[in-house]
Amino acid sequence: MTAPTQGPASGPPPTHEPASARESAPARGPASAPPPAHEPAPAREPAPAQESAPVREPAAAGPARRRAVAGRLRYVLVVGGLLVALGAAVVGSLALGSVRVPPGDVLAALTGRAAPSPYRTIVLDVRLPRVLLGAVVGAGLAVVGAVLQALVRNRLADPFLLGISSGASTGAVLVLVLGVGGGLTTTLALPAGALAGSLLALALVYGLARRGGAMTGPRLVLAGVAVSYILSALTTLLLVTAGRPEHFQEALYWSLGGLGSARWDTLALPAAVLLLGTGVLLALARPLDLLLTGDEGATALGLDTGRFRAAVFVLASLVTAVMVAASGAVGFVGLMAPHAARLAVGAPHRRLLPVAALGGAVALVAADLGARTLAAPQDIPVGVLTALTGGPLFLWLMRRRPEGAAL
Amino acid sequence: MTGPSATGLSIEGLGHADRLRGAHLTARPGETVGLIGPNGSGKTTLLRCVYGTLPATSGRILLDGTDLARLAPRDRARRVATVPQDPDPDPDLTVRELVALGRSPHKRFWEGDTAEDLARADAALDRVGLGGLADRLCPTLSGGERRRALVARALVQGPELLVLDEPTNHLDIRHQLDVLALVRTLGTTSLLALHDLNLAAAFCDRIYVLEAGRVVTGGTPAEVLTPALISAVYGVDAEVAPHPRTGVPTVLYLPSPVPGQKTSTM
Repeated sequence: MTAPTQGPASGPPPTHEPASARESAPARGPASAPPPAHEPAPAREPAPAQESAPVREPAAAGPARRRAVAGRLRYVLVVGGLLVALGAAVVGSLALGSVRVPPGDVLAALTGRAAPSPYRTIVLDVRLPRVLLGAVVGAGLAVVGAVLQALVRNRLADPFLLGISSGASTGAVLVLVLGVGGGLTTTLALPAGALAGSLLALALVYGLARRGGAMTGPRLVLAGVAVSYILSALTTLLLVTAGRPEHFQEALYWSLGGLGSARWDTLALPAAVLLLGTGVLLALARPLDLLLTGDEGATALGLDTGRFRAAVFVLASLVTAVMVAASGAVGFVGLMAPHAARLAVGAPHRRLLPVAALGGAVALVAADLGARTLAAPQDIPVGVLTALTGGPLFLWLMRRRPEGAAL
Repeated sequence: MTGPSATGLSIEGLGHADRLRGAHLTARPGETVGLIGPNGSGKTTLLRCVYGTLPATSGRILLDGTDLARLAPRDRARRVATVPQDPDPDPDLTVRELVALGRSPHKRFWEGDTAEDLARADAALDRVGLGGLADRLCPTLSGGERRRALVARALVQGPELLVLDEPTNHLDIRHQLDVLALVRTLGTTSLLALHDLNLAAAFCDRIYVLEAGRVVTGGTPAEVLTPALISAVYGVDAEVAPHPRTGVPTVLYLPSPVPGQKTSTM
């Protein structure tokens, strides 16, 4: 990084007031801050550029650099705090449950230094995959939520707004009703059906939103919500006409979400998709930021908004589909985590996405700990807990927003 | 290195659907050129074709001899900047972050903002008189401040041509004068749509008049702003007199005898 002590290396060096004038500006307040004095009337004379284009004084870089350092420090602190919280949530989740495992044994099992014991099996084979799946799904939903909120320029967007979870439910219920897969139903056929249903929903929404023009935010929302309703109705129709009450139980699992089916061999796909998807979306941070300022401005700044939105919608939907296939539609994490992350580090996606991901992971791991232990031995669907805790938190955040700011 | 390089703009037979039917105009390097005309005459459509959010269905837009339609969006954005009429920017974006996005056409999409980008943003904010507000969140700005922040974003784009659609909309008279005076100090070729004929006369080197998707006339404000033209295009009776102190043509409107009806001079 080069020090901003000189004019930029290429292009027009912007002229500016001396540093001293800049320093005093905040004192003037917004309403009265006058721009440089000028005489509008004799504007007929061409007035190309300002007479003097002073080289940026070294002193002027001081405040900007200090602010940059302060911003980075804040970001590092937030990420560090979340990592600590995630570690605590993971260790807590491994230790607590129907059988209490002393924290020392948890760490011994994790580091591989424990002799084979019942604790080791519980920690490594039962709880760890579930905890990791919670972290992966929480992070994935949070990243997708943040991205979709930028894509449709609406803070109420979440991963399930655009029909993906409805498609997953339809696919899963279809597998149940048709009895495909036999004994494999719950372990493989159901997630596969959910994934297929999600992809079908994705294709439907894509086709509808893209048809006859560029994919704008409102078109995407309308297509997503319409497909969502149609697929939900279809799911209910399937359940009712099949007349098998036990299917309702399974369907409830898909619509509320749960991590109970986590196993080592079903963890790899969501984890890989999370890493890959988040990596790509992080690389797209700048165009995502451009969308935050509106399509017209983003286009004028060189972004093909229609194509970009379509591509990111597909990517975000694929990530969602894989997460939902693994855990059902866990609500609120994808809505809440991005909001909280924005409050902590602001809207630019380069900072927002990692913080949202960590926040989502912490939230879902902690919520699943509650789901396992609060009504033990009964598993509460984790989506119930995320909604119960996330709802009030959302309202609190909403009340904290600055006056006049939209959601 | 001196100020922004300036290049000539030439629009030839520009058309878009039935809203723009073969518009011609030119702007010499560094010139401030105004577009006036009644609502629905095609001003915004023309401007959107120029900054690239609408495809032209006929005609060409040449900037220094290059057909803008042949440029990739990003290449075009390096040469043409605009102050759009977008909804408010994201509430969690600071003013500096908003302005620094103007560097996007000069960067690969995965690149973040460097210290140099942020310094440019700060310098541009200083130039539009918002130096003290760089760390504020966008929604806390007033309408005039937001417009100037968007001008700053266009500035860091380093354009040859600046396109402004109604840059004085919703601003009080002080800020209207400020924004237009600012545009004139930039040294870029500027093309702006204006409703206020007196502001157009005071700040534009030349004015083109659009009516029903066609350019009906163009020239210096004194040549264009005549009672006959105002009557023909707007259906309004007006006197035009030189400003007592600046000599700029100044339009004085006569209210219609019956509100809402065109006068007999039509």
